[in-house]
Amino acid sequence: MEWPKMTTLRLVEYFRTQVRQDPEVPSAVAAIRTLLEFLKRDQSETILGLRENLTQTIRRLEEADSSVAVSSGGELFLRFISLTSLEHPDLSQCKKVMVERGELFLKKISLSRSKVAKLCHTFIKDGAKILTHSSSRVVLKVLESAAADKKRFTVYVTESQPDSAGRQMADKLQNLNIPVTVVLDAAVGYIMEKVDLVIVGAEGVVESGGIINKIGTYQLAVCSKAHNKPFYVVAESFKFVRLYPLNQQDVPERFKYKADTLKAVEDLAEEHPMIDYTPPSLITLLFTDLGVLTPSAVSDELIKLYL
Amino acid sequence: MADCGEPDGPGNKDDITRSKNEGKELTKEEKQRLRKQKKHQKKQKERKNEKGPSETEKDKTPVSLLPPPQPVATQKAPSALPAPASAPIPVPASAPFHSSPAPSPADKPAKSKAELKAERRARQETDRAAKQPGSSSSGIKTKVPLSELNPVVKRLPEHVQVDDPAVVKRLAKKLERQQTLPYGASNKIPLRSDYGYKVSLFSHLHQYSRKAPLTQLLSIPSTVIHPSIVRLGLQYSQGIVAGSNARSVALLHAFKQVIRDYTTPPNEELSRDLVNKLKPYISFLNQCRPLSASMGNAIKYIKKEISNIPSQCKEEEAKTKLLTCIDRYIEEKIVLAAKAISKYAIEKISDGDVILVYGYSSLVNNILCEAFEKSRKFRVIVVDSRPRLEGREALRRLVQRGISCTYVLISALSYILPEVSKVFLGAHALLANGYVMSRVGTSQIALVARTYNVPVLVCCETYKFCERVQTDSFVSNELDDPDDLMVTRKGKTQLENWQDVSSLGLLNLVYDVTPPDFVDLVITDLGMIPCTSVPVVLRVKNLDQ
Repeated sequence: MEWPKMTTLRLVEYFRTQVRQDPEVPSAVAAIRTLLEFLKRDQSETILGLRENLTQTIRRLEEADSSVAVSSGGELFLRFISLTSLEHPDLSQCKKVMVERGELFLKKISLSRSKVAKLCHTFIKDGAKILTHSSSRVVLKVLESAAADKKRFTVYVTESQPDSAGRQMADKLQNLNIPVTVVLDAAVGYIMEKVDLVIVGAEGVVESGGIINKIGTYQLAVCSKAHNKPFYVVAESFKFVRLYPLNQQDVPERFKYKADTLKAVEDLAEEHPMIDYTPPSLITLLFTDLGVLTPSAVSDELIKLYL
Repeated sequence: MADCGEPDGPGNKDDITRSKNEGKELTKEEKQRLRKQKKHQKKQKERKNEKGPSETEKDKTPVSLLPPPQPVATQKAPSALPAPASAPIPVPASAPFHSSPAPSPADKPAKSKAELKAERRARQETDRAAKQPGSSSSGIKTKVPLSELNPVVKRLPEHVQVDDPAVVKRLAKKLERQQTLPYGASNKIPLRSDYGYKVSLFSHLHQYSRKAPLTQLLSIPSTVIHPSIVRLGLQYSQGIVAGSNARSVALLHAFKQVIRDYTTPPNEELSRDLVNKLKPYISFLNQCRPLSASMGNAIKYIKKEISNIPSQCKEEEAKTKLLTCIDRYIEEKIVLAAKAISKYAIEKISDGDVILVYGYSSLVNNILCEAFEKSRKFRVIVVDSRPRLEGREALRRLVQRGISCTYVLISALSYILPEVSKVFLGAHALLANGYVMSRVGTSQIALVARTYNVPVLVCCETYKFCERVQTDSFVSNELDDPDDLMVTRKGKTQLENWQDVSSLGLLNLVYDVTPPDFVDLVITDLGMIPCTSVPVVLRVKNLDQ
């Protein structure tokens, strides 16, 4: 069947519709769905050409949405489908196998969020006070399952400027009838002695076991370490990315700012970065669909995933 | 020489000694065969009791270590000479050690002076008795048959315990059984004696003097050790070849020469015999300077390659195959690995960086030169320390390329560190628990860098990863010549007579271990990994093999 080839514009459009239609879906999943569509319609003659096109597509999607998750999800998708398909001599056969594996991958990762929630909610004890940062759908899912488990707890959410994402999180939590308070970003040190544990999401998990998340997470981690409060991270496995930042400056520019800012602004030194890097020494545990991991185990998992 | 007492001749001995030297590679059939041969040998010994002097006994001991026929004939003649000629004084009996390919470089026992004397006396006794045939042959029997009839080589423990005489004695006995040479002690690998007072915490390690290299004690011509190995040993002990990569490459080249000059003796298989030939060389090199982890891994690889040679393979073919294997190993594990590491490391070097390096690491130097070629703008601070002052070599090479450098001694470290943005360190070995073994002073640098929040990057090829676990620098280390610590300024050498002061010890450590908490990143040819992931890489490597 002759599908029309996807141009860049159509790609990005497709991606954006995906995100708009289902705001709950992780951006990486939307990206992978887009890639799958592209794969179905791709017309290259060789496997190498196919891979080239897919890599290019991932670049295009990154330009549309500069989050780390899109980049990591895309790369994992590529690895997952190309690990097997090289035996068949016929290209269309290969493509069929790749598409099948792609669908499988997609199905697996759609379930990852619930897996994470199932693992994590047991760590929330009755009467706990939880501090979280900005708006994360995974954390929301965790708190949802904890509430469904008839646990009573209160939540403090940081406001998380510059986009006040924390307030949206607070609204969603109120809809679940969970008592919630919004605190200023600057009040993290003040509130830390009251809370029992800190749970944050992640946009990306790096090779060292550290995380890349909304700006303000690093402060939160340092404060919780100083107060000896456990700092938990919840993230799906497709967010594991092959970066290794040594410090804040080492995070690549393309992740630090929103996609539009990157294109529009010339001198990035004036811009405020949207994300920061939290080193593994400050993280207690990571909850992923691969299990509950310590930061040093992340590298093992990455080696298994990527090598 | 009376060969008549032994109808089977060398063939029997070959089997036994071959199996004996193989140690753990014995199969069931081999063991059965060995047992039969042992019984046969016993009977023959009893028959020989009435005949021949002891020299013939010694001549008939393990054939697998016999060099080509001509020297044998000439050697047999001198051994018939009166006792004094065959009892050289400074050299004790059974020195060669079984060099287990295990990465631990500490595989060498030593005997105390009293034991050496006792052995020498015993040998003199036997030689004197040999002149009166039959009278004390029973006395000699106890030593020689014991070594011949013991089929299985016991592995020597990995720990060095020079200060425990009981352990030393036990090891000495095991060594004797492991390798006995056909002619007098002058041709055995001599034992190197320790030098000077050893600090009590490190008394379990060897401490040698550079002024007494092992090669001085070897007789000329030394038919046991190949000349290129003798040269290599001398280069190691004098510090001419230093640095783990350089030592491994030199070792592999020397082994290539050995393989080229090797001819399989009749009734022997190349795959087994060559491995046995290499053992005394490795023991010799170990005595000249303890083996490094990289050398240990290289030796493991070579031994594996040699034993994997099929028996039908012709000698010439086998030799070329081995030579290409070695070349490929050097190419892949050292040269190409360096390129891969440079590629990753260059990503971590940004413009305006101030990079601190310590001592001379060939790999780190390579990285910096490559980065400079890719027009990264950075400057380097070279930290150096006595007594080796290796940093000067690094400084020279970097400046030649045009990289702007600063040179400090390690005592100025906390002064210079606030300026530094990254620290690049080389490694001698990476241990299985994530600890980094490197030149002494490295853990110092990592510690201070950590307190200043400066990222520490360790660059190490995967062939230096070893399965050993160590949490401190005492358990296994190397003691260099203590005389190196003496320095002459304005004509005066302060520590000149340090040996006379009984309570004074000079400690010249070579290596130390850095815990993984101080290391931020390890760059290997497989990629960038955290220090705690070393065992994963080891696991992956073992799966590959």
